[in-house]
Amino acid sequence: MASLWEYANPVKFMKVSGWLLPLTAVLAAVSVGVGLIWGFFFTPDDFRQGSTVKIIFLHVPSAFLAINAWVMMLVASVIWLVRRHHVSALAAKAAGPIGATMTLIALMTGAIWGQPMWGTWWVWDPRLTSFLILFLFYIGYIALWSAIEDPDTAADLTSVLCLVGSVFAVLSRYAAIFWNQGLHQGASLSVAPGERMNWAYKGPLYLCMAGFFLLFLALVLAGTRTEIRARRIKALEMRERANG
Amino acid sequence: MMPDLGAYATEILLAYAASLTVLGGLVLWVWARSRRVRRDLRTLETRLNRTS
Repeated sequence: MASLWEYANPVKFMKVSGWLLPLTAVLAAVSVGVGLIWGFFFTPDDFRQGSTVKIIFLHVPSAFLAINAWVMMLVASVIWLVRRHHVSALAAKAAGPIGATMTLIALMTGAIWGQPMWGTWWVWDPRLTSFLILFLFYIGYIALWSAIEDPDTAADLTSVLCLVGSVFAVLSRYAAIFWNQGLHQGASLSVAPGERMNWAYKGPLYLCMAGFFLLFLALVLAGTRTEIRARRIKALEMRERANG
Repeated sequence: MMPDLGAYATEILLAYAASLTVLGGLVLWVWARSRRVRRDLRTLETRLNRTS
């Protein structure tokens, strides 16, 4: 485990992320591009949903990332609170806007799909509502980072907010099971026995999910590198002021 | 080339257009901020090296 903490060193992180970032960015662009083209142009209509099934290739990967981005922020926040590694706090900060965007896409595509399928853009269904609250937590998290001048205090307070918001990240994932009510169906992909999704949809969906994950990774790496540089600018400016 | 989307063409095209616009906006924002901060750091380091 000792080697894992080496990456908490900003110099080491910048070095490793320097070659990892272009690789993940290219892989993300290829898999998202191919996955969406495959899903949009080459999948048949579903016998129940008709052609609206094509929205699944945006909705499921973005919802998957909306929840897991928060989980990643939670892990990074706990590392910050326990071990005080600055890179982990900055990685959590970088993931905030990306997770918020993914949640927004999941909410938008869900509403657009819901209109023809459910006959309404929105219902106060447990899963939809918990997703909306998760989005508000993302906005609050980003706002809190911006509102506090001292970076360590900001990291402390946002980490606590992240711990509290994790309840809604879990609820967003399992709301349909916990309450067993509302319009939203259960998991689209499941290892449990029962109704299986056809491989005609599963292939592009898995590719889109992998692509969205790689895109998230690339954007978090890029964002964390930017935050490290921004932190260095602040440190240099403070040193310059101190030296007169 | 365009698949027949039937009665739901508006919804599907709206979902793809809105999502790709938001996603593209995010990528552009991350890229532009990265460029700006990198340039600011380079400028500051050059100035500090000159004065020291």
